[in-house]
Formats: sequence, C-alpha cells, structure tokens
Amino acid sequence: MPNTLYQKLVASHTVSRVDEQHVVLYADFHIMNEYTSPQAFAGLDQRGVGVRRPKQQMGVVSHVIPTRAGPVAGRTITIEAAASQAANFTRNCLKHGIHLFDVNDPEQGIEHVVAPERGLVRPGMVILCGDSHTTTYGALGALGFGIGTSEVEHVLATQTLVYRVAKNMRIRIDGQLAAGTTAKDLVLYVISKISAQGARGMAVEYCGSAIDALSAEARMTVCNMTVEAGARAALIAPDDTTVDYVAKRLKGLAAAELAQAITAWRDLASDADAIFDIEHAFDATHVAPFVTWGTSPDQAISIADVIPASPAESTSAANASKALDYMGLEAGMSMEGLKIDHVFIGSCTNARIEDLRSVARLVEGHTVARSVRAMVVPGSGRVRDQAEREGLAAIFIEAGFEWRQPGCSMCLAMNDDVLKPGERCASTTNRNFEGRQGRGARTHLMSPVMAAAAALAGKIVDIRKEFEHV
Amino acid sequence: MFNDKTIEAKPSAIITGIAAPLPFDNLDTDQIMPKQFLLGIDKSGLAKGVFHDMRFDETATPRQDFVLNHPQFRNATILVTGSNFGCGSSREHAVWGLQQAGFKAVIASSFGEIFYFNSIANGLLALIMDESVVAQLLKCANNAGTFSIDVANQCIETDLGERFPFALPDRQRRMFLEGLDQIGLTLKEGDAIDQFEQQHFRHHPWMKIDLPEQSVL
Repeated sequence: MPNTLYQKLVASHTVSRVDEQHVVLYADFHIMNEYTSPQAFAGLDQRGVGVRRPKQQMGVVSHVIPTRAGPVAGRTITIEAAASQAANFTRNCLKHGIHLFDVNDPEQGIEHVVAPERGLVRPGMVILCGDSHTTTYGALGALGFGIGTSEVEHVLATQTLVYRVAKNMRIRIDGQLAAGTTAKDLVLYVISKISAQGARGMAVEYCGSAIDALSAEARMTVCNMTVEAGARAALIAPDDTTVDYVAKRLKGLAAAELAQAITAWRDLASDADAIFDIEHAFDATHVAPFVTWGTSPDQAISIADVIPASPAESTSAANASKALDYMGLEAGMSMEGLKIDHVFIGSCTNARIEDLRSVARLVEGHTVARSVRAMVVPGSGRVRDQAEREGLAAIFIEAGFEWRQPGCSMCLAMNDDVLKPGERCASTTNRNFEGRQGRGARTHLMSPVMAAAAALAGKIVDIRKEFEHV
Repeated sequence: MFNDKTIEAKPSAIITGIAAPLPFDNLDTDQIMPKQFLLGIDKSGLAKGVFHDMRFDETATPRQDFVLNHPQFRNATILVTGSNFGCGSSREHAVWGLQQAGFKAVIASSFGEIFYFNSIANGLLALIMDESVVAQLLKCANNAGTFSIDVANQCIETDLGERFPFALPDRQRRMFLEGLDQIGLTLKEGDAIDQFEQQHFRHHPWMKIDLPEQSVL
C-alpha cells in the first residue's frame, strides 16, 4: 500500500498499536523548556520513576530568560518567580543527568533554534517538545510536534507517547516568490487561505517548486507557523538542501555511517500514489508581503489590500469585530501607512542568521524612526555570535536597533520584554493573539524585512515600493 | 468561580451544572491562561488566571460585559464556545486552570489539538458537537440553562428537556470514565520499548542522540 511520508515516519516509530487510531510512538529526542516541564518532573518524583533515556533529552531555558543587551556571562533573572522556575529546571536536569543550556550558557537560545543548529534534528526522527512550535523540525524531514506537560511526563518516563495518528494533507506551492517576499509571507498567505483551523488534525506535507527553492532556514519558518493553521505536524521531504544543512552540523558519525544516513534520508518521501485526505495548491507568484490585521494568524492580508469588509469565511462577524476592536482598526483600512510604536525581530519563527542578514541588508545606512523602539533578539547564542562576526550586529546598533541576548522574549512576553497597553508592534513572531506581547498590545505579524522597513519608516510600508534593492 | 475548587480524583460520569456561553472562535490558550500565570513550578493557583484579561480591565476592575462576570454564571461548570477552542500554545496550565475554576466540561465544534489531548489527560471533558448543535446549546446557555451531560450514555440534556446525543471517541470515553493512568500502563511495556529501541537504532544509527550529562556549573 502506498504511504505518505508522515505515515512512514509514524510506522518507523511505532512500538505497538493501542487501537485503530492510537499508537505508542517512540521519541528519538525530547526537548524541554523551563515552563512546561516542572509539573512533569514533579509527577515523576511522585511516582518514584526516573528518566528512561536522559541522553536523548535536552533542556533549554528559553521563555522566561531576560534578553537585555550585554554579555551573557552576567545574565540574571530579576523576576523572582521566573528565577525560581529556572533554578528548579536546573535542579531537575542535574538530578536526572539531562543536558541543559542554562541561563548563563553562551549557546543558550530558543529551543527550536538551538536544536537544529547543533545537528540534533535529523531527517526521519521523531522529536517532541512541550511547545507547540515543535512543528519546525518538519523542515528537515523530522516529525516534530508539541505536547502538553502530562505528555512530557510520559515521554520522560517511557521515551514514548500514546499518540493519535493524524490525517494527511498536502500543500503544493509552485511558482517563484517575488522580490521582497519571503517564506514568512508565504506561510501567512497559506494560513489566511486555509484558516487558523484549516489543517486541524492534519500532518501537512509541503511540496512544489516554491518549497524546493527555499533554504533550510526558510523552510523552518514555514513549518514553524503551520501550527497556526491548526496542524499537528508539518513536513518537507528531504532533498539536497536538507542533506547539506544537516550533514554539515552532524557530529560524531563515521563517514560510512553518514553515507548510509544520507542514502536513507533521500528515500524519505511520500509514495507517488500516496493518498492525502486533503490537498491544496497555491501559486507563490501571487504572494505579496503579508501583514496580519487581527488577533488570529489567519486574519492576514497582502500589504496591497485593505481589511476585508465582510469577514473571511473562516471568521465569523463576531470574531472579526472583536479583533478589530482590540486592534483599534476598521474594515476597509489599509495596513500600509499604519503607525507603529515598536518593532520586534526575533522568535523561533524568524531569528535565525538568514533572517538577521536580510534585516541587516535592508537597514544598513538607515536609521530607526525616532518614534519607534526596535529590538533584534537573536534565536540563540550561536546566531548572536555569528551575527557579531559578520558585522550584522554593528549595522543594527548603528541603525538604532537594540541588539540583545537570545531568548523567546517579546514573542510571548513571559520575561520582562512586555509591550504597554495600546502599543502597536510590527513583529516577526508567530502569534498576534490578544495580550500575547503584553496586555492590550497590538501585534502585526510580518516578515523580518517588512518589520525592519516599518522600524525605519515608523509605519508599516510596502517594501517593494520603499526599498528597490530588496 | 475563580477561587480554587477542589479537583475530584475521578470525574463523575454525569456532569450537571450551569452552562456559560463564550460564542467566539479560536479562543487561544493565551487568552484562557495569560502568561503572567505561567511562572509556577506546580499546578496550583491557576483558577485566578482563567480568562484573566477578558475578566478584568487594565485597572483590575471586572468587565461588566464579560459573561462569566454576570451573577447567573458565577457557578457555571460547563462552557459552550466556538470552534478551535484552546488553539495556540501547548500550555497545559489552561486545562488545569479551567478545572481549578470549577469547569468540568467544554463544548465546542472543534478544539485546538494539544488542548484537546491535555483535557483528556486531566479528565476535563472536551466535547466536540456539530456546529448546529453548538448553536442550539449556545442559545440555551445564554439563559444560564442547566445541562446534564451523561458521559456513559453519551447524551446532553438541557433543563428545557432537549436531548443532544454525542459520540465520544472510545479512548476518550474510557479515559474519562475509568481515569486511566496512562504513564503507569506504558511503563508496563518497558520490555517492548527496549526491544524496539535496539532494533530501531541498529537500523537507524543516525537517529540516536547521545548528549553529555549536564555538569554542575
């Protein structure tokens, strides 16, 4: 019987079948952060059970960590509860022999940036994490998805998960992205088309020439945000781009083993006649720079469009009016020209080195508008170091951006990077939910170059008009 | 409502209580449990966080236009809401908080997947009903109607005598009624997992992650 790539990955990790829908799924790798794991460790202690495979776990302090500018070595968490949560995480990792990127570790960062850059995400693996953006790893042909804390405890105790197998969706995107548009615009476009729940219960496999043309990091942006369409997982079949990215970062494998691995990775694909429950096809040439206007990631429009008067099919009138009210906007308005107070460039969606390079190219020789506070928060210590070596950091600082320490930061504002009520932010993050970046704060999701352009102009602009060289 | 309620060890097979309407789609877990309540290391103290920023304005004054602030809904134990409830962040705190605030069941036409599985793990009844049925239940909830949800017999009865059958997936029904300890059950499969691991990593050595232990800083 023909199978999808997703079905193959599930089959290769099935320890046993529970019933028609559920399997006991083996996790090759499990990643934890400080805020969704404490109760899981406490649960283990209560049971008197240890961690089954400590060396297949990784901890990263990522969400509550401050990102103030300055050297990592002196970093301290000033919020008392956050400090105690991080200290608890350190204790738990030490106790169970789990590798931890702690507060003062120079290679600390956001888990979904740290894991792939260290070669820990490899095609064919199953990787779990108590964080919804674990879908990122599909960019490298690994099955990754977010789990709750009870499930974190299950994985710690058994290295498996009782898992309901998802349905299969394929999204084909052909055509070429135009100048000024990026993977972020592409995924916002897709989410706006299929809705915030269009892929609920689905493992989404992306294919098509537009996907083939994306770099590994750009694919991570796409797979990362696919969860905002409700997807359980996102996948892109490995190709040269994948192999090149992973092989460069994979350590400790003999040449023969690596050759064997690469052969296996290249075989990871859906069978030609595999059946998908739902299929979509889009044309990347139609994608313009996209910006969200509402409080759900599917409430997004092209920079050339206006906020729809009649809400999209996926969004009831009540939702749209609630969102517009919160955002202080009205139907019929354009995003272009909308004044912003803040720019945030960061998050597991858009804080990798290529994102920062694209921003640096755009802002070099320009200055952040006086009315705007703009910050760049790199995804990890490695990204930060590389950006400094390449001179990107100097460009950001020269242009008036704050160049900060790595972490999740203002994506969800669990640390002290919080917006004030009513502040409007051009943000490269993944969620424009009410209150996400701070109570009453207004988030507009967009690509790194669009956010950078907004920082310079003090308002949301169409980079295709304002910056001919992008 | 938003004081901590004792959580029953095992959910009751029949949930009876006042239903409150929240007729919005995509109510994400950031709204159900805002970030300022996520800094704990145990599950306690989350009742006060539930829908916090919807319940209070920026001066900490209760918003009169928020349904759960109305006296008739103060003791609601059932939520009727729009589609994709609990989408977004994986934070299980959303489920713990709803339970601590006294909620036993949430009825929606669909749920965010991680929230849905978190609900099952904790014995919060996440009940998926057709959109048209949810619309009828919302009407009834608007009048602070009382619902009786019989999980074993898979039927909701409203205080107006309307009956709405539902079909809970087998596993979800058993988890709810029997309160299975999933971790305990899987731990018994240790040998099978051992065998699987040996074969798996023999065939796919590159999938083996072998990180060094954390050293004391």
